[in-house]
This record gives sequence, C-alpha cells and structure tokens, in this order.
Amino acid sequence: MPARRAAVIGGNRIPFARAHKRYARASNLDMLTATLDGLVARFGLSGERLGEVVAGAVLKHSRDFNLTREAVLGSRLAPSTPAYDIAQACGTGLQATMAVANKIALGQIESGVAGGVDTASDAPIAVNEDLRKVLVALNSARTLGDRVKLVGKLRPGQIVPEIPRNAEPRTGLSMGEHAAITAKEWGVSREAQDELAAASHRNLAAAYERGFFDDLVTPYLGLTRDDNLRPDSSVEALAKLKAVFGKGEDATMTAGNSTPLTDGAALVLLGSDEWAAAHRLPVLAHVVDAETAAVDYVHGRDGLLTAPVFAVPRLLERTGLTLQDFDFYEIHEAFASTVLATTKAWEDPAFAKERLGLDAPLGAIDRSRLNVTGSSLAAGHPFAATGGRIVATLAKLLHEKGPGSRGLISICAAGGQGVVAILEGA
Amino acid sequence: MPTDTLRNWSNTGLARRLGAPRIPVLRRYEPGQPLLDGPALVAAVGAGRFVTPITALIEEEGAPVVTEPGEDKLAAVVVDLTEITTLADLAAAQRILTPAVRKLAPSGRLLLLGPVSGDSRHSDYRHSQGAEGAAVAQALDGLVRSIGKELRAGATANLLIVDPDAAPATVDSSVRFFLSARSAYVDGQVVHLGVPAGEPVDPAGMDDPIDPVRPLAGRIAVVTGAARGIGAAIADTLARDGATIVAVDVPAAGEGLAAVANRTGGTALQLDITAPDAASRLTGFLQERHGRVDLVVHNAGITRDKLLANMDDERWNSVLGVNLGAQLTINEALLAAPDLLGPDARIVCVSSQSGIAGNRGQTNYAASKAGIIGMVRALAPRFAEHGATINAVAPGFIETEMTAKMPVGTREAGRRVNSLRQGGLPVDVAETIGWLGQASSGAVNGQVVRVCGQSILGA
Repeated sequence: MPARRAAVIGGNRIPFARAHKRYARASNLDMLTATLDGLVARFGLSGERLGEVVAGAVLKHSRDFNLTREAVLGSRLAPSTPAYDIAQACGTGLQATMAVANKIALGQIESGVAGGVDTASDAPIAVNEDLRKVLVALNSARTLGDRVKLVGKLRPGQIVPEIPRNAEPRTGLSMGEHAAITAKEWGVSREAQDELAAASHRNLAAAYERGFFDDLVTPYLGLTRDDNLRPDSSVEALAKLKAVFGKGEDATMTAGNSTPLTDGAALVLLGSDEWAAAHRLPVLAHVVDAETAAVDYVHGRDGLLTAPVFAVPRLLERTGLTLQDFDFYEIHEAFASTVLATTKAWEDPAFAKERLGLDAPLGAIDRSRLNVTGSSLAAGHPFAATGGRIVATLAKLLHEKGPGSRGLISICAAGGQGVVAILEGA
Repeated sequence: MPTDTLRNWSNTGLARRLGAPRIPVLRRYEPGQPLLDGPALVAAVGAGRFVTPITALIEEEGAPVVTEPGEDKLAAVVVDLTEITTLADLAAAQRILTPAVRKLAPSGRLLLLGPVSGDSRHSDYRHSQGAEGAAVAQALDGLVRSIGKELRAGATANLLIVDPDAAPATVDSSVRFFLSARSAYVDGQVVHLGVPAGEPVDPAGMDDPIDPVRPLAGRIAVVTGAARGIGAAIADTLARDGATIVAVDVPAAGEGLAAVANRTGGTALQLDITAPDAASRLTGFLQERHGRVDLVVHNAGITRDKLLANMDDERWNSVLGVNLGAQLTINEALLAAPDLLGPDARIVCVSSQSGIAGNRGQTNYAASKAGIIGMVRALAPRFAEHGATINAVAPGFIETEMTAKMPVGTREAGRRVNSLRQGGLPVDVAETIGWLGQASSGAVNGQVVRVCGQSILGA
C-alpha cells in the first residue's frame, strides 16, 4: 500500500448533450475550459496553482495537440499550473484520474485535476489521404518542375474528406457490432437490456430531482440537464424500438439500450488530505487502487469490451476484497448488454475456472447497488468524459454513505481495454 | 443594460441651447477616488458633538473643511442638528442651510444629523425633549425630503437620526457612505443610528483599522441570486471592497454563477434556497469552507406578475417562497447557529419599492417585499443579541436586463419619477449593501434604506 491515498475532493461536469444538438458548435477546448472554470468556481480555486491537470479526448483535432494545457491557460487557474493530455479511448477519464492520484500518493504533487472531454459534433474531419500525400510532397518539392508534376496528381475525387469512424481499425466492425457479438455469446436478453436502460433513466432523473447533481454539474450553453435523459422512459416504450446492432431476428441491441453519440466534459479534483484540509475542502473519498486490462479481441476469443471482466478479479485479489464487498458498483453502460455480459461472466463457474483461473466465480452483485444515480445510457457518453463523471458521482455517493464504504468502477474501452478502480468513502 | 438616451441627449450642446432640463450624470465611486472633489462645510446648531470627528474624517480624506460658504462650490454640507430643541434652533439651521445649498456643487452631498423625535425607548429623554423638541426633531424629516426635491445636478440630501447615547465614532461609516460617490442614488433617506450591539467597533482604536478603500477586507459574504443582474453587481462590489464571496444561485443559473464566482475570486454554491434542506446546506457549506459568515445578502428574488383577480396559487406561492419564505428560514438557521456568525455579522435583505408603494400586477411580489421589511424590524433585536445587524435595502427603478425589456413608455415613466430624474444602476444597490455590511456599521439596525433617487412612489 502507498504511504498515503489520494483524496477525491469533488468534481464538475457540464450536462452531456446529444451530438449535433446544443453543443454542436462547441469545441473540445471550449467544453474543457468551461468545465475547468466550473470546477474552479465550485472550490474557490481562482488564481490557484495546482500540481497538474491531466485530461484527454478521444476525437481530437490536430490543433488540439496541447488541449489540456490550452484549457488551463484559458481558465481561471494560475497559468503556472502544468497540464498534459492522455488518451486511452473511453478509459481516458479514469486513467487520467489514476495518473493524478498516483502522483499524489507518491508525494510528487499535492493537488490535481483529471478527466476528459469529447465532441462527436465538432469532429475532426481531415483532408483526403491521397490529397494529403500530394500536399506533403508539394511542400517538400524543391523545383518548379517537381511542383508542376505534383499538381498534376490532384484529382477531383480527393475532395472527399476523411471522417472519423466509430469502428475498430483492426476488425472494421463498429463498437455496437462487437458488443452484439458478446451479447449473443452470453445470451443477454432484450428484456434485460431494456430493463437496465429504463433503470438508468429512472435513477438519473431521481438523482437530479433530489438535488444530487447540484454540486456536480454546471450548466453550459443554456443546457441544465443531460438532454438524453428521458425521465418517463419505460421498458414498454423501449421494447418498441428496432434493433440497430447485430443481425437477424435475435438481434437485441437498440438505440434505447445503447449509448448515443454525445458531447461533454467532466473533471475531478484530487488532492492529499493535507492539501484539502489546508484549503478547507471536503474529502469525499479516497482512491484505493486501480487495474487496467486488455484482451485480444482481434485473434483471440474475447469480446472487444470485455477487458474489465479480467481487470476486476486481478484488482480484487490484490486488495483482498470480494466482489460482494462493495456498497456501490459503477459499471459504465457503453451498451446495456456490456454491463449484463460483464456480470454474467463474473457469475459463470466455467468462465471463472477456464479463463480467470479461479476455483469459484466472483459471484453476483446486488443490482440495487448498480449505477444508482444512472449511468451512460441515460446521461450519454462523451467518450473521455465518462471516467470523470463516474469518479465524482461515486465519491459523492460514498461520502453520503459514510466512512469506510466502498465503490467499484468498471469502464470498458476501445482497443479491447478496460480500466477498473476502487474508491473508499471518507 | 438599457441606455438612457434622454439623459445623454439632455447633456448635448443642442439640448442646452434649447433650454431643455439637464438630466445629471451622477458621480459614482471608483477605487482611488477622493471622498469629496472639493471643500466641505461642516457646521452645527449648538455645541455639535459630531463636528470635530466629522471634520477630522473629511480632512483625513484630503478635502478642506470650511465653516462658512466661500467662493468655491461645496462638495458637501454637513450640519449637526442633534442638539436642536426649539423653533429658534430650527431657524438657526435654516440660516446655515440657505446660503450653503446655493453653493452646493453638482453631485454634492447635503447630510443632516438630527435628534430622535419622541423616542419611546427613552421615556425620560422624551419627557425632557418636550413637545417642541419632538416637533423640531420631526421637522427635519420634512426639511430634508424637501431639500432633496429642490437640489439639482445630482446632489442628494439625507438625514441621520442619531441616538443620544451613540458614541461619535459610530456614525463614521454612515457619514463616509453618504458623503461619498457610493451613495449616488440614495436620496431623501432618513436613517436611524443607534448604539451598536456587542463590542463597539471604533475604526481608529482597532489593531487592524478598517481600510476605507477595502472596508470589507477579510469578510466572508454570501450573496444569493448572484448569477446575474443586481446580485452579480453586489458580488462584484463586495469583492472590490475586499470581501470573499460565496455566490449562491439556483443550479440552472450555474453557468453565470461560476463566471461571477471566478471573477470575484470567490466560490459558487448552486442551491435552490427554497429546497427543504437549503438552510442546512448553506450553513454546512459556510462552516466547512470558512468556519463563519460575516455578511449575508438575501438578494434572490423572482416575479410572477398577474392581477390578483387572475392570480393562481403557484404564482403566489413561488414568489412568497423565494422572496420571503427562504429568507425567514435561512435567518432562523443563522440565529440557531450563533457560532457561525462572525463577531460583527451583517444581514442585508433586498426589499423593493413595490413593497413600499405597491404595484399593479404585483400583489404577490409587493407582499413578499413588504414582508421583508416586517421581518427585518422583528429580527433586528434578535440579531443584536449576537452583535449582528439586519437591514433592508429597497431599490427603486434600477436599470437591469429586466427593465430593458419594458415598453419604452413604462420605462421612461419609471426612470423620471424621482429627484435625480433617472434610473439607478445595480452598483448603486450594491454600494448601499456594502456600507451596511461593514463591521463599523453596527449602529444601523432594523432599517430600510431606499435606493431610489428619492422616488415619488411610496414616499
């Protein structure tokens, strides 16, 4: 165990907006800066120098090469606050949190901010790859003759731009298609998925109603709540939707039980207990430990989003805990089927023995402790922002529950990766 | 904020040649500005126990003090009438004031200090004052309000009624406010100065004397409804004067609230003050983050206008709930947590001209804003037990986003029906709150100060 544990002091996010809606014209830098300023306002950090700010985005423009530092410079934090970008697909926000938490635990810094931002609206559209190659060559051509020759290579078809795709480069399959394969493999029913989706909306709406998000969310561009949230969502309404991922009659994944493309940003404020006390700031929870796993979804037999299935048992073994030792479970709802396939894998004796090398499965979790204030199906999922949203939400839940309470976070990510972590209430 | 086109035009050469009445551009406070731009006349009828300390205060601020009008225009006229008891004394006051007002400069300040008229708390005193004494004391009320209506070019007239037991230093913060450009839109007001509760705050005798440039330095100030409009101006102004701001507004207003908190270097607390747990969340926040509170400005307010004949419960209850109910609840919570109140805590509640004069279509709003006045008077002695005060400010026509949306005719009428013939600015309300919020303003308690340019409405 490290000499000290990083404290989660609080968080801030902007309401998540469905792509091409309220934040259609907002850039990653705009949203990250606004979110940082909201965090600064909440904790009275105007002019303060923090140890560092670590954040990232999955979809980035080339101009965003120093995104987080630029956000710091545009914010009310002291410009002497250093910052860097990281990226691990949808694991970005949680991995950033661990990067900052670890430095705090080691005593290298006393405070820091972690999280992420993503826009699916203001996506980076690049010039056509053929055109790009001609332009690069043109730039380095030395003689007029060379240049004329290269100009001759320009073709009308090169006007078609490169648009980022929500697909795995190595399989060509979209994330939804990958998830559909896993759902089928684990026999996840349509009803169970719709039930989970309805619960997510119901829980998120109830949390807003009781003021739970009053000190977690700051409105942005006139949006005060996540616009994907449907408080009146029901299993009956969800059952009417057509399947969009998977093939044939038994396809189960719909727009209702999958997360939509979303824009937004989320950040978490971390610090040492001493730093928090010196600034009269609350400590909501402590970061206990974290684990990152990866699976071979290309050639192996694992599903793209199943890495947390392997990460969690490793983390439990290291911390000496069982899957039932938690008051809250925050399992990122990339798709309802992902959550359900993950829990099924943990319950499966054969899987435990063959794949996890365990004598017994991890067992079931108490579903009443799962995503109790809603998750990505209701709130939406701006890729790199989800980790920050979950860490701040869980820390507050644990603080409400009281000292010693425990929460488990599980986030799947593209590239067959997964980041999981444990927080303990303070 | 809307532009006052008529005022701007009235100051052009053409308007001057046409003989159109000039609408003054008021002198307003800027950091570094001298208290007064010219000499001050300080006089008294009788011995005048405030003459010496007020003369010292003005001279310390770099303005010359004269005892009779001379060649130069007077930036201020201060007359200590606290010892007048007879009609002859009143006549003596007139003989001082008449030549003085002739020489009063644009945005000049006329400030009278008078005795309490028939103060029931001091039965012996009232007895000794007699009918004539009570009459001339009360006469100052009519006198100062009439002077306010006669003065031109942005000059104001106000009256401080001073408790006979009040130490001279207790008037300092009020004298300073009413002489300064901070009181630009406070006109025709009568304010009672009592004996401050708790330990007397003598600015001269303190280890860490109050800095007139940053009179709120080190004070923790809560401002509700701080995301925009008058609330944002209050936060900005209190921060300028040195206060640490806790900016409160409903979660939906969080974007503007964060901007206010960050530019004032304070913190944003997103809180619906009508929520059942709002008071405990607010006091808990203050306890955790600051360990105390020195100034609470109850500014949050809403309007849901409708004629009473068409009023529904929702409109009535939401306005009364936000504007009055929440203040009552939070004030009780503060009184129940006296350890949280700083040694010289100040509560300032934003009432309204509508609460004094009434306004068609605003039965709910006017009831709530009048209710605030009743609440302030009732709570004043209870806060005094903790060395604290509670006062109300009642803004008149203040130029905001809300007034910008008014029809032109309504807006023009609203602007002109006061002695300064213009609307006030949000900062005028904020400056008045800043004065009431100072540790050295403990002599002001249970008072209602209008920031209305001496509006004829409700006067």
